[in-house]
Amino acid sequence: MRATVLVRPKPGILDPQGEAVESSLRQLGFSVADARIGRVVDLEVDASDAAAARTEIEQMCEQLLANPLIESYEIEIQA
Amino acid sequence: MNDLRPRIAVITFPGSNDDQDALLALEQLGADAVTIWHANERLPEVAAVVLPGGFSYGDYLRCGAIARFSPAVKALAEFAARGGLVLGICNGFQILCEAGLLPGTLRPNASLSFICRDVVLRVERADTPFTAGCAPGQRLTIPIKHGEGCWFADADLLAHVEASGQVVLRYQDNPNGSIGAIAAVCNKHGNVMGLMPHPEHAVDSLLGSTDGALILGSLVEAAREVSRRPAVTAAG
Repeated sequence: MRATVLVRPKPGILDPQGEAVESSLRQLGFSVADARIGRVVDLEVDASDAAAARTEIEQMCEQLLANPLIESYEIEIQA
Repeated sequence: MNDLRPRIAVITFPGSNDDQDALLALEQLGADAVTIWHANERLPEVAAVVLPGGFSYGDYLRCGAIARFSPAVKALAEFAARGGLVLGICNGFQILCEAGLLPGTLRPNASLSFICRDVVLRVERADTPFTAGCAPGQRLTIPIKHGEGCWFADADLLAHVEASGQVVLRYQDNPNGSIGAIAAVCNKHGNVMGLMPHPEHAVDSLLGSTDGALILGSLVEAAREVSRRPAVTAAG
């Protein structure tokens, strides 16, 4: 089962990478605000159904893929 | 002075680059410093363990996130739980945070620049095994060299860390945006400490400050005390 995990800096957490990219986009002439940079993890999971896959990926996020102190995560499962 | 050279292990990870400096500094300060490859599942009989600076596993995912799974770090967690002395420097600090042995986490510097220069630190606690050679409030000049040294904790955790006296060193002029200008924290029991500055780079007057010797010298002395107590085994 294919899954995608989106990991984002939590609201309020300073994201200097996002700020630097935002300022570069402005220099290119784009009108942007609140650029935040996270990461994408694509996975192939061996699970019986989507619910089981989600439970397993949640554990992956809690234990490794995200740092719960500073990052939130979102799980997308492809049927 | 005492002839006893306490054995202190320095764990080398793939990507560590300050392990040799740490070994040299510890030797110079009176320890019998030994290097341990991260894949070792057991620690040798040692009085203290140092996690050196560097870029373990290329800082993949988050700094220290992968090194946490090294067999030696699992043994280290048991060692720490038994009261063993553990010092994490820079990447070693990041690993200890990721492993849950220290509170908080290290984020990219607020300026987003890699900073490599001497900083002034204030000693908040001089009653830990890592700072016993310092005076409370003493200023230490020790270099930092990191891109991700911005210590972060949310409001609740910060209040807890402050209230329980776990802040050991603070920056005089916060160089990286760390919450509370915190440069070093210890665990509740005070036997595990992490700091972003590099004391191993400040032990020889040829390179400027020798204030790092106060930190590492305190650790060597504390390790010597541990080695004198035959009942306490530090084997992992």
